[in-house]
Amino acid sequence: MSHADEHQGTRRDFLYYATAGAGVVITGAAVWPLVNQMNPSADVQALASIRVDVSGVTEGSQLTVLWQGKPVFIRYRTQSEIDAARAVDLADLPDQSAENANLAVGSEATDQNRALPTPEGSDAPEGAWLVQMGVCTHLGCVPLGEQGDFGGWFCPCHGSHYDTAGRIRRGPAPTNLPVPVAAFVDPTTIELG
Amino acid sequence: MAGIPHDHYEPSSNGEKWLHKRLPILGIAYDTLMIPTPKNLNWMWIWGIVLTFTLVLQIVTGIVLVMHYVPHVDMAFESVEHIMRNVNGGHMIRYFHSNGASLFFIAVYLHIFRSLYYGNYKAPREVTWIIGMLMYLLMMGTAFMGYVLPWGQMSFHGTAVITGLFGAVPFVGEALQTWLLGASAVGQPALNRFFSLHYLMPFILLGLTIVHIWAFHTTGNNNPTGVEVRRTSKEDAAKDTLPFWPYFVIKDLFALAIILAVFMAIVGFMPNYLGHPDNYIPANPLATPSHIVPEWYFLPFYAILRAFTADVWVVQIVNFLTFGIIDAKFFGVLAMFGAIAVMALAPWLDTSTVRSGRYRPMFKWWFALLVVDFIVLMWVGAQAAEFPYDWISLIASTYWFAYFLVILPLLGVLEKPLPLPETIEADYAAHYASKTGGTKTIVNPAE
Repeated sequence: MSHADEHQGTRRDFLYYATAGAGVVITGAAVWPLVNQMNPSADVQALASIRVDVSGVTEGSQLTVLWQGKPVFIRYRTQSEIDAARAVDLADLPDQSAENANLAVGSEATDQNRALPTPEGSDAPEGAWLVQMGVCTHLGCVPLGEQGDFGGWFCPCHGSHYDTAGRIRRGPAPTNLPVPVAAFVDPTTIELG
Repeated sequence: MAGIPHDHYEPSSNGEKWLHKRLPILGIAYDTLMIPTPKNLNWMWIWGIVLTFTLVLQIVTGIVLVMHYVPHVDMAFESVEHIMRNVNGGHMIRYFHSNGASLFFIAVYLHIFRSLYYGNYKAPREVTWIIGMLMYLLMMGTAFMGYVLPWGQMSFHGTAVITGLFGAVPFVGEALQTWLLGASAVGQPALNRFFSLHYLMPFILLGLTIVHIWAFHTTGNNNPTGVEVRRTSKEDAAKDTLPFWPYFVIKDLFALAIILAVFMAIVGFMPNYLGHPDNYIPANPLATPSHIVPEWYFLPFYAILRAFTADVWVVQIVNFLTFGIIDAKFFGVLAMFGAIAVMALAPWLDTSTVRSGRYRPMFKWWFALLVVDFIVLMWVGAQAAEFPYDWISLIASTYWFAYFLVILPLLGVLEKPLPLPETIEADYAAHYASKTGGTKTIVNPAE
């Protein structure tokens, strides 16, 4: 600084810092829109919630829909699939968290905590509907249904086996298939998001 | 240019004098082209020209391809097929561009390993090295984004996996990934912005190329002996060097011609050999190719990414020490970027005062092992992540880090280097004088 012998700040010092500070703020204000324009646009955000008609899904079949660019598996499980999933000892699960966005974080990975509650007025038995993301939690591949050692889903990329409740049982995937925010708005329509 | 003493540009004609007073551009071109270059450079010093050529090739073919390509999820794949089938000569232009990426990486790997062996990264050339590492990162980013554009199955699901790496960052990962993709998954916003950046980044590379050349023209080239050119006088310097033009330009162009002959054979006869058939299937978010593999030039670092799984004790210790913040997935990401970071730090990790591996009896073997290690990583990166490949990739990844973090620092202390030649001229004479009659005959032509 030019005022080395003056230990107290001068008007010039004040102006110097004030100008530099204003410059930083203005630069930041100019850069932020350039950064923010890369965030999801309004139309992308508008698609954050969709309704799916599941009246055509019969027992033992699966509907795969694209939601926010990712596949979602909607499965009407058979009674044997439900029974198989409920018979599992929780201690055998690599991921003991339900991974269900509709429940509190850290809920147990029981079959009841994974399945979507059956709406009133529906013929389906309790726990028949399973809605989950069709994206392997390992590296993002799409698992195949009714395959693998546990009769649920199997990821062909690196060999992750999921059971009939979409819980990881064997292979490199770290967590269960996530259950997205979902609810029945009427007996045959599910709202995602 | 500073450094080696040599004759500088003198404008001769009146027109040159007029221009030189106003803009010394001819002087810069002359001094760049006539730069004194160590006369003992071997064939490993040709890759710079190959890289410069390839960058221009990629920019030219790329600009032309953009005249026909449509960056839209519904049309991208079809527009590429349109280029392949309808555009006049389009299939060749595209094959030049896609195989040009492979030529780029072959050349850059040889260029980098050349520098690692002859100690080009050591003082005073650290800045050249760091700029080179930045260029390498930029090249990888450009190549990755370019691979997304055809919008085939590999493009789509490869993008999902690679952007998922950023999702592994603790706390902000998901927001970061969404910001990169412009949506919660790969789609139109990602394709559009990758197209924009893929067009931009080669021009940044071009700018960095000029800075890279500027840096090593300031320090002078290294050479296979690692001994500096004498700067005591113009005469001494002239004994160690030859001007870049015509001696090295002609040599480099000869090498380029041979390399291009091989390149043309690949483009002409086996243009898809280095690609994946899955990328000729249009992108489908609902089905994943059974075996996702990156392009060959990413495989070594992909192998490092996958090597550190949750059952490796190093990962478990780090996971415990950071209270679970750094999990196996994020550890893999850190390892992959760390593998390039330790290479960039080589100038400060290598404690030996001798540059060239030629005079380092122990270094030589460790370096040879590093080359083998790199090839093993490339091979194992393409294998399934199961026994025994997981062990091989873990051992090979460990050696990569050990070479830079342990072996390079220790060798400088433990190793007794061989005696260095006095000058470049002496080394050159020892190699060539007896066979060619030496350099003196040139000094005294036909008396």
